[in-house]
Amino acid sequence: MDEKGLDISRRHREPITDTQLLLTITICIFVCMYVAAILIWGGGFKKPQMLFDILNDNAYLVIISCGLTIVMITGSIDISVAGVTALVAMTGVMILNGSMPFFSVLQASLGLADSSRIVFAALMALLIGLLFGLVQGYLIAYLEIQPFIITLAGMFFARGMITILSVDPQKAPQALLDILQKRIEINWLGSPNKNGVIIPARMEVGVVIAILIVILVFCMLRKMRIGRSFYAVGGNRQSALMLGLNVRKTRFMAHLFCGILSGIAGFVFMMHTGAGNATNATAGEMNAIASSIIGGTLLTGGVGNVIGTFFGVLTLSTIKAIVTTSGLRDPWWQSITTGAMLCLFILLQSVILMRRHRNKH
Amino acid sequence: MTMNKKITTKNFFTNNSQLLVPLIAILLLLIFNLIRDPSFFSIGVATNNNGDPVLQGNLISILNGASELVVISMGMTLVTAASGGQDISVGALAAIAGSVFVKVIKSGGTISPALVLGAFLLCSLVAMIFGCFNGMLVSAFGIQPMIATLILFTCGRSIAYWINGGATPTVSSPIITAVGSFIPGVPVPTPILIVILMAIFFGLLFRFTTLNLYIQTVGINQNASRLNGIHVAGIKLLAFILLGLCCAVAGVIGVSRLSLINHETILLNIEMDAILAVAIGGNNLGGGKFKMLGSVLGAYAIQALTITLYAMKVPSTDVKAYKAIVIVLLVVLGSPVVKEAMARIRRKLRGRRSTALAKEV
Amino acid sequence: MKDDIILTMRGICKSFPGVRALNNVDFTLRRGKIHALMGENGAGKSTLIKVLTGVYSMDGGEIRIEGHDSPIIIRSPQEAQNYGISTVYQEISLCPNLTVAENLYIGRDTSSTVDWKTREKKAGELLEGLGIPARPRQQLGSISLAVQQMVAIARAVDTDCKVLILDEPTSSLDDNEVEMLFRLMRDLKTRGVGIVFVTHFLEQVYEVSDQITVLRNGELVGEYEVDKLPQVELVSKMIGKTLDELSTIKNKKAPSGEAEVLYEAEELSSTESKKFDFHIDKGEVNGFTGLLGSGRSESVRAIFGADQVTGGIIRIHGKKVQITKPIDAMKNGIGYLPEDRKRDGIIADLSVRDNIILALQVLRGMGHPISRQNADAFADEYIKALNIKTASRETPVGSLSGGNQQKVILARWLLTHPEYLILDEPTRGIDVGTKAEIQRLVLKLAEEGVSVTFISSEIEEMLRTCSRLIVMRDRNIVGELTGADLTQERVMSTIVGRGDDHE
Repeated sequence: MDEKGLDISRRHREPITDTQLLLTITICIFVCMYVAAILIWGGGFKKPQMLFDILNDNAYLVIISCGLTIVMITGSIDISVAGVTALVAMTGVMILNGSMPFFSVLQASLGLADSSRIVFAALMALLIGLLFGLVQGYLIAYLEIQPFIITLAGMFFARGMITILSVDPQKAPQALLDILQKRIEINWLGSPNKNGVIIPARMEVGVVIAILIVILVFCMLRKMRIGRSFYAVGGNRQSALMLGLNVRKTRFMAHLFCGILSGIAGFVFMMHTGAGNATNATAGEMNAIASSIIGGTLLTGGVGNVIGTFFGVLTLSTIKAIVTTSGLRDPWWQSITTGAMLCLFILLQSVILMRRHRNKH
Repeated sequence: MTMNKKITTKNFFTNNSQLLVPLIAILLLLIFNLIRDPSFFSIGVATNNNGDPVLQGNLISILNGASELVVISMGMTLVTAASGGQDISVGALAAIAGSVFVKVIKSGGTISPALVLGAFLLCSLVAMIFGCFNGMLVSAFGIQPMIATLILFTCGRSIAYWINGGATPTVSSPIITAVGSFIPGVPVPTPILIVILMAIFFGLLFRFTTLNLYIQTVGINQNASRLNGIHVAGIKLLAFILLGLCCAVAGVIGVSRLSLINHETILLNIEMDAILAVAIGGNNLGGGKFKMLGSVLGAYAIQALTITLYAMKVPSTDVKAYKAIVIVLLVVLGSPVVKEAMARIRRKLRGRRSTALAKEV
Repeated sequence: MKDDIILTMRGICKSFPGVRALNNVDFTLRRGKIHALMGENGAGKSTLIKVLTGVYSMDGGEIRIEGHDSPIIIRSPQEAQNYGISTVYQEISLCPNLTVAENLYIGRDTSSTVDWKTREKKAGELLEGLGIPARPRQQLGSISLAVQQMVAIARAVDTDCKVLILDEPTSSLDDNEVEMLFRLMRDLKTRGVGIVFVTHFLEQVYEVSDQITVLRNGELVGEYEVDKLPQVELVSKMIGKTLDELSTIKNKKAPSGEAEVLYEAEELSSTESKKFDFHIDKGEVNGFTGLLGSGRSESVRAIFGADQVTGGIIRIHGKKVQITKPIDAMKNGIGYLPEDRKRDGIIADLSVRDNIILALQVLRGMGHPISRQNADAFADEYIKALNIKTASRETPVGSLSGGNQQKVILARWLLTHPEYLILDEPTRGIDVGTKAEIQRLVLKLAEEGVSVTFISSEIEEMLRTCSRLIVMRDRNIVGELTGADLTQERVMSTIVGRGDDHE
């Protein structure tokens, strides 16, 4: 009765791949940690809002980590991501509050309402991200310059541009912020406050964008030819060339995607904070790298998964939340536990991969 | 005889061609300043608060201000050459060393030269232990240097914070001032003297040990190094430990300049500048052959650029953007693809000229 | 008969600086035949393959392939594939982090999305059709090397190749895996694919091949039908006579049995070699012989501690010593010139001087650097003594020709004044003149009381220099020849394992 082909695929459960193994570990650790937090510290962790708060605060980080994961899968790196995010946020806020003359004039000449500035800001975000991606990608892929140096320069440029635009922090007008910061209220996940009134769980639009991007990138990495090329190029550049892939173009595309995602992240960041500041998203690039690593992406390339990265961001931010709620309010505990966690993950990965490698011989 | 001489001068240029890029960069900056404002070069003797004569001027502030960067670049050169990767935790490590330095001085009662020396030795030891930790991850676990040092990058400054219990204590004493600015009676800023001392230290190290040869050998060919009896992991570890020492020296300079430790701002982002200095100095970021002098010149070039921009009244926060542009230009010129293309064009031109000549004949 | 020919190469020439890698070589491949390409190291097999796959451009000659009337020019591996020439290399050029199915189809599909279902179904059919024991969804890195190799072959077959080149496909496979691979090769044969089989295992050649082309020193020795060429004759064609200009060199010393035993190993073994006993007298030149892959290199690596030593007792001058890593061996006066000069020998970017003093420097220790003056003097002395052709002592060693690189490494060990020198293929891939120089040097060293273990792919060379030969096959020592037994015939029959009675 069984068809032979079906039979084979059912009977043989494939041994899990490196990517899947590292992903599983990450998800397990995150779940264990969250459950432990609920059991030990209870309080805020019992409410779903805690999870939503974590997501609201870190939506932008999810997006730049996705971009970084793509780049890391190809065996490259981009440390300009947070700089671009901050630059986009600053530009966006300045468009919104009308301190960018060009856009104000444009708006006036077209006779558009103030809310049209949001569209300008969004377009500008994409444009900046695209430009960074194009230039960095070209220099790295076609001129074969070290990605670290180029994207470091990108970071310097972005951070420098922010203060050239405005030294003082900028604030978006409240009217426009009200539109941007509209939250999605989920009643059934709400929890009662002190007076017993059910407060619905609130989620920002940025989170929806971030999750959409995670899904889109996941599909691209899995289903699209270009996505599979990223893995091939990262796994073994020489082999990829022999298999007939355009290695240069593939690396270029990875940086291009990363740039665009950084731009989108900037817009999401602006939606969340509504303010432009020189210190926006400070050290975001390192948080993004850490998230990707915790999520099972290897800096050596070829192995990685955006779902893992998503959980990587959640793990990192949950550690911070736990440290804060457990009474260790001093900020140093956050980074020390983050560092310890990172150390654990890095060692774990290196030992697992070393052992796998040895078994093969 | 003349033949011989010719060969040696030619050799000098071919052997040191990598120094050309930083030298040209420094020269161009100086010429630019000469045209812009000849008074840029004036060096004056002023009197400081204690009535001692001290040197002042832009050139002095370039040399003085670059001290921490130069010292760290020296160590970074070794790590880059031996391990083929970069240490991004140097700023954090310097913060830790500085905190230990301050902690010891604070706990010692009256500040005497012996106490300062003891504090320096202890903080060097601590920094070298942390360097050893980084080195172990790299050499024993085979983790990429950037990932391995990401751990300390994340939590290093928090460890520094924790050492001094979250405060930013000041250590005002003539001895500390002497270390950070001027020794009474000596018109040259002390940090410059410390850099000279470090240069002598590495000079002696290279003169009286084989470290230079070993590091290059390990960086170029690990297999052959092992077969010639070199302890590969040990050499890598040593490079990281020496970088730890450099961080301690830089940390002490940084603390002494301000007579206080601020764990969050001390030597912020210096890892990026140090890696840049190594790259501008013509050293391959993938390891192997190195010239420490190149990195030192690279560091001074970066500082010269910064001071030039300051002198042009560019706000300190904007400097990064201009720096980025110069960096990109430098690395694009140095990229193998561009070099090859230029060589091709030159060959074509020469070919055309020779055919033109042939036609004339 | 003529129609059966699918590929002809005529008068192929290729030179590298200092070496003539291929000199007027012909090669013909027929439809549905397995054609073995044989020769020792430096014979020119891999150069010929690389010319055919477009990795190297040839200096002269022509290549014709069925379906094209005029000679073709192949500029890149991609072009070779378009002509229907596919190659499966020893080091697998697939991506270990992708699945089997992806490795089969990546880089070949035209649509921008991946249809996993049909792709896996197609892959499954292809693998099943060829009898390859791999499942489409497996990660390539998780399956054995043999199956990975077969996947690479499947990919080549699926691109409708006419010529399939298998470059040393069996060197890291066990017997069962080799059998699987052969079944696949025979299957492809019946489908009309012409297979070029590069290997150094004699039995395997006789098991699957139809024809054999033998190369030696970049020249064509001849093309033979397998059933008309006995094994011993094949060996003699591969490593047999060489040029006359070397015939003046001869080791006259016979082992007297009086000399002091310098080095002695009992049941020495490493991660790469099986247990073996070995000894060498003071001033003796002996050699490990056997074909590539017989374990000759692994044995000397174990002596030097180059691989992880797993057991054994070692005595030097009768005193028990511990040699587990290279530095131990060096401290006991042993020097080792590795087989793979590029990977294990030279420090390419460093100067000739630094390369020469490296071993002596390591022996003197970190705290005792050789002064610049002394280093220059040492370098100059050996550049002169060994006649190393270099622009100056400051020249990066990577820019020298192969022979001169080899001399630099020799100089490196001579400078340490070793008591015992191990030379693994010192004459590989270098010109005849330098070969003679190195052989004379070996004999001179022996006269001065240095013991030398010499490995070479050319048996003549070993017969001239060695007074004792240790013969290896399949990682075991199968014979030891001295005195009157040191003849080509004896060595070859021992290698093949038939004693004296060759029919």
